[in-house]
Amino acid sequence: MSGEPAGPVLEVTGLDVHYGLRRRRRQALHDVSLSIAPGETIGIIGETGSGKSTLARAALGLVRASSGSIVIDGEEVGAYGHRQWRALRRRGVIQYVFQDPLRSLDPDVTIETSLAEPLLIQGVSRQEAATRVRAFLDRVRLSEDLLDRLPGELSGGQRQRVAVARALVTEPRLVILDEPVSALDSANRVQILQILKELRADGVALVFISHDLGSVAGVADRIAVLYQGELVEIDAAADVIRRPQHPYTRLLVRSAPTLHSAAADRAERETLRALLRALLHA
Amino acid sequence: MATLSEKVLTEAERNNRAGAEETGTTEPVRPAAAPSTPVLSVRDVRISDQAAGQEIVHGVSFTLTPGKAVGIVGESGSGKTLTCRATLGILPAHFEVTGGSIEIDGQEISGLSSAQWTALRGATISAVFQDPASYLNPSIRVGAQIAEVLKVKKGLKRREAHRQAIELLHAVRLRDPELVYTQYTYELSGGMLQRVLIAAAIAADPRILIADEATTALDVTVQAEILDLLADLRERTGLALVLVSHDLAVVAQLCDEVLVMRQGEVVEQGPTHEVLHHPQHEYTRLLIAEHEQYGLDKFLATDAIDATEAAGAVAAGDKVEESA
Repeated sequence: MSGEPAGPVLEVTGLDVHYGLRRRRRQALHDVSLSIAPGETIGIIGETGSGKSTLARAALGLVRASSGSIVIDGEEVGAYGHRQWRALRRRGVIQYVFQDPLRSLDPDVTIETSLAEPLLIQGVSRQEAATRVRAFLDRVRLSEDLLDRLPGELSGGQRQRVAVARALVTEPRLVILDEPVSALDSANRVQILQILKELRADGVALVFISHDLGSVAGVADRIAVLYQGELVEIDAAADVIRRPQHPYTRLLVRSAPTLHSAAADRAERETLRALLRALLHA
Repeated sequence: MATLSEKVLTEAERNNRAGAEETGTTEPVRPAAAPSTPVLSVRDVRISDQAAGQEIVHGVSFTLTPGKAVGIVGESGSGKTLTCRATLGILPAHFEVTGGSIEIDGQEISGLSSAQWTALRGATISAVFQDPASYLNPSIRVGAQIAEVLKVKKGLKRREAHRQAIELLHAVRLRDPELVYTQYTYELSGGMLQRVLIAAAIAADPRILIADEATTALDVTVQAEILDLLADLRERTGLALVLVSHDLAVVAQLCDEVLVMRQGEVVEQGPTHEVLHHPQHEYTRLLIAEHEQYGLDKFLATDAIDATEAAGAVAAGDKVEESA
């Protein structure tokens, strides 16, 4: 693609998202703002129910914002209808990877067909698509003889690498990964993280959503912390981990299992839990 | 000697009187008598798949004394869960212990009848696993399921079982134990369910608790809460722990001794500190390297968090409150 706009590839401003109607209406995101530069990897961390998946879904047009704006690659997409979203996704500007590749890969088509499909949708010729798919396999450490297999015949780690390949083969500007390594064992997790790190060299921006601070810390340039639907902290990865500011971030850092955890952390965690409860009830 | 649940209960009552403030400052109660007598001895245990005629676990040995914790680390298929299941006498069909010995509280388990096993499980050895919901009945209130354990294992009457079940829910730090008692599994989060399961597991005062990937499916802050709870039970009641995880750091947090397993083999074993700082086997080094590359250790190892920050935790919280 030519003439890259210099602005952020994704800019979210004052985003509110609600679920449910009337009395059951619940706010999932409250006034979330963040901006991602081309080629940047941003980690979004938070617990179950913190709103991190809602943020991903909003950025993909899968849930509608109640207010606020979402700008993708210079286009305000907040008011987009179904068809406009589809057109945007078809252009391959934005791609995504979810936790469970069995759900994002068609179980009845071969890996090769799955990988070529996003290219064909973009109007790439069959021959060129086949060449580009093959050229990409190496980068996700998959061998060519997997191409004629079905997703069910692959291991979990291989399937997730296929999902990553499918998302990145179109050379998108932005990829949203929602818990991409959470279902994998540690060897496969490390492999995917390694692959993501390498793919960043192409200049793609990554939004890496996870509940696991450790996985995010290894890859992200910046880390954003979501807590109770609010973005409570955003800073360079090293700063968030070394000098967490918000009590929830502190608890998160002190809770993450590390090889160097101290017994003193336990008392501190107790203090922070009490503090967070007090904040919640305030 | 006070039983485990009595000790837990005393603690719970004391917390109650202290105004339900969870300060986390629990002075260690005397460890159970004669800490040198092992409650669990596993000696060169070998487990085979009789259908495939193949040995799967090639010799695991460790001993556990009251109040101690042993960790088993390894990837899926390394044999860590089979070892646990052998210890509990619940190996899957056509798997068998084909070598070595396991002694629970001085009793060799190989010849136990199913009645003897029933007496041993819950009362002496107990376990919690990864997916708590699948070990609870979805159509019975969770409290009643704990009370059931107390009635069957300790012969308590209905009213007393109810009272102690509530005390146990309190002891595992569930807020509002009375409410939780009346709830069904679908009404509780994963972390709460795991606490309920731990409450049921310790209801009959076991001396050994096996936690097999018990925190794997939980959010990291909830995982830390459960691990803190286990550490607490261990210190307060002399409960001996076998902690199984694929994550070396989880095990390192809680255990005195670590076994690193790979493909049915114990490739490294020793005091946690030793294993972490002087890993001998390449697989252990790999596990450590993974953490140092893709974990907080990358940042924390080089730049230890300064002490002033720990002290400032409350102060920072105040700041947030002011700005809120």
